[in-house]
Parts: sequence; C-alpha cells; structure tokens
Amino acid sequence: MGSVGTSVLLVGTRKGVFTLTGDASRQGWTLSPPKFLGHIAQHVVLDPRNRRRLVAGVSTGHLGPTVFWSDDLGGTWTESTRPPAFRTGDELGRSLAAVFWLTPGHVDEPDVWYAGGSPQGLFRSEDGAVTWEPVDGWNDHPMWTTWAEWPEQNTPDGSMLHSVNIDPRDPAHLYLGLSAGGVFESTDGGADWHPINAGCAIAFLPETDAEPEFGHDPHCVRLHPTHPDRLYQQNHCGIYRMDRADARWVRIGDNMPRATGDIGFPIELHPRDPDTAWVFPMDGTDVWPRTSPDGLPAVYRTRDAGTSWTRCDDGLPAPAWYTVKRQAMTVDEEPSVGVYFGTTSGEIWASADEGDTWNCLASHLPEIYSLEHARPDPALQ
Amino acid sequence: MKVRIPTPLLSYTGEERTVEADGATVDDVLADLDRQFPGLRFRVVDEQGRLRRHMKVFVNDESTRDLSTAISEIDELTLMQALSGG
Repeated sequence: MGSVGTSVLLVGTRKGVFTLTGDASRQGWTLSPPKFLGHIAQHVVLDPRNRRRLVAGVSTGHLGPTVFWSDDLGGTWTESTRPPAFRTGDELGRSLAAVFWLTPGHVDEPDVWYAGGSPQGLFRSEDGAVTWEPVDGWNDHPMWTTWAEWPEQNTPDGSMLHSVNIDPRDPAHLYLGLSAGGVFESTDGGADWHPINAGCAIAFLPETDAEPEFGHDPHCVRLHPTHPDRLYQQNHCGIYRMDRADARWVRIGDNMPRATGDIGFPIELHPRDPDTAWVFPMDGTDVWPRTSPDGLPAVYRTRDAGTSWTRCDDGLPAPAWYTVKRQAMTVDEEPSVGVYFGTTSGEIWASADEGDTWNCLASHLPEIYSLEHARPDPALQ
Repeated sequence: MKVRIPTPLLSYTGEERTVEADGATVDDVLADLDRQFPGLRFRVVDEQGRLRRHMKVFVNDESTRDLSTAISEIDELTLMQALSGG
C-alpha cells in the first residue's frame, strides 16, 4: 500500500485489507500486499471530501472491534482512541461485535463519520474517526428493541446496521437499513426515527392483511447523489425503487427475468443518471444457495429506473459459484462509468463500459467483504 | 506484576511479550495496561466490562472470567486467546 495511481479500489476481506491501484486508462491495476493480515476488515472507505482520510472497521477472531484511520492511503494506520461502542452500563447490556458499515458525513460537516454496527447500533464521529460516540436517538430509541433484532439475532452473520445515507441537501436528513428490521429515516440529525417500508414484501413472515411497518430485510439501500428524492434498495425480498413523493417502494425487480429472480445483496447507482443502476442477482430459491442462479454469474443493469433490465455477463466465468456481498460492489465517476465487484471466492471483476464487458483484476484473495472505489488526493501520489 | 501478552496484542506493547503492570484486581491490571498501551483493554474487555468471548485470563495457572478477581504483586497474569476461528 502507499503506491497511488489515479484510481484505487479499497478491498476489505475476511483476512485483511488490500488495495488495487489503477492507471488512468483503468486497464492496468497493481495489487498491494495485505495490511492487517488476519484481521476481519468489514469496510474500508476513503473520505471523498478530503480524499485523504482512509477509515477501516476491523476486528479479529479474538479481539474486539475497532476502527483505524490512515492519511497516507494505508502506509501507516492509527487506531481510534475511542472506537465505536455502546455506552457502558447500557440498560440492554449491548456490546459491539463488529463495526460493519462506514459512511462519511455531509460535505458541510467535514469531519463527521457514521458507523453501523452489529448489534444494530449507530455511532458518530465528529473528528474524522478519531473518537466515536453512540447516536443515542437511535440506539436508545423507545422502539429500538422492537425495530432491531434483539436479543435474538437471526441474520446469519449477526444482525447489522448498514446503508447509512445522508441527504446531500440536508445533513440532518438520514436513512439507514437494518438486516433485519427495515429502512428508517431521521429528519433531525438522528434524534428521532421512523420506518419507511411501505410497499416492501416481507416473505419470511406469515401473511397478514395489514402491511407491516417494519421487520423487512433491506440488504443494501442507496440514495441517488444528484437526485436525492430517489432511493433504491436490494432487499431480501426483491429490488425496489422509491420516489419520495410517492412514499412507497415499487418492486422494480418484478421486471427481472423470472428465471433469474430479483434476490441479491448489492445495488449500485450511476453517479449522474438516476435511472441507471446495477445489481448482482443470487439464487434465493430452495434453501437459498446465495450463489448466482444456475452458477452463471451476471450483473443486471437498468437504464430506465427498473422498468427493464439487461443481463451483463460478457467476460464473466461460467459456471462459477460465488456470492457478492452488500458492500462488495462499487462504481467510479468516469464518463463511461466503471463498475466493480468482489466475490466471496476472492476475485475482483471490473467493467470500464458500464457493465458491457468484464475483466478480472485480481484473484486468489480472501473472501471479499467490501469493495470501494476511491480517487485519492493527487498530492498523495 | 508480570503480565504475559498474547500475539494478537503485541502490536500494542511494541512486540513486548512480557510487561509489568499494577493493580489489586484483574480489572485494575487491565486498566493499567490500557494506560500504558492505549486501546488494549477494549480489544480484550467489552464496553460492559465482560471479557470477550475468545479471550482468556489466567492468574498464575487458574483461569478466570471474573475481572474482580483479586491479584497480588507475586501473582502472574497471562492473557491468552482461546481457540477460535478458521
């Protein structure tokens, strides 16, 4: 790490952190040696506001969770002096098992970061991830024990809080996702929250006449950066879009090929076009293999807000039996948007033409948990 | 007293496998270790004061998960990682 080109992929894996540094053409990529070898790196994110501060949520099989930050793209790391944690003496006795998700704050709050945890706590830093505090409005919300999975955690790798999204027009307008629990919104900086799940299926609970307000399982929720009244989510029960004026999720996954279905973990949005998105479907039939349907990996792309989908598999292997996790897909901001995904089998695949063709950038890595595209400060190069 | 440090925590102690710390209880010793090596305690003990699931503490050759266990200058504290993972 430390060698910096124009484009960097930050790779969080079950066994440490790697970077892939790309040249300007996005054709040549150089893989770094591992950092934090043996550590479980759930999420590694570069601050897009200063393009310098790199933050990683890590733990090990033995040690508790923590956060490290680096200002030289991983050359040297410093541990947060007060990592994310529930309050000591917490009435529910909660302790954090993993820092699962990291989101840099609003551009007007340059040192703010949010972290989502397992159990499903929300934490905030106001000093660039050096120290963290619990967001009491969420963690101690009177409905938390009803909304969150607690004390039972039914999600296979532990229940998690993810998909912290911030409205670019208003730093106090926040969204988050719970697996399981649903999508929640705050309009007052996290002091109070309410569920926004109308229209989402919840196939893992008995059918009722009333539409449940919460209890859903969003796998990944994305707010469009230039059209922030539009949200997309890849849910345990389908692919959805919400235009806020409608106040209801629309199952755009119904327009996917029936044989492929609309189950998956990640969803990624075009940085400029609110009608373009990419998903990576997985097999949600039978006992839920969570591998690509029929062992034929493919990205699906919509260019019309989910009305239709195009299969994008030119260059991808077949058969192959991997999964792409919710943080393991990312896009860049080039005129022809680059799309990237990392697999549970340790491969990184890239498309420089918005999904039309695919190339393998790296293989034989540990299981990939997260993949984030970043464009570091040129002064660091 | 002497405290033996397991490999996952050597990055905190500057690779020292044995360090000196003071305290009347296991928790006191862990607090002293954290003063000397900031961040170490939270990797071993969670925010509710519970020893993390895959960590072990021995006072001499006796395992304990009770951090209020009394300890004296002539004792030796050993932090160890439990069998875990894959």
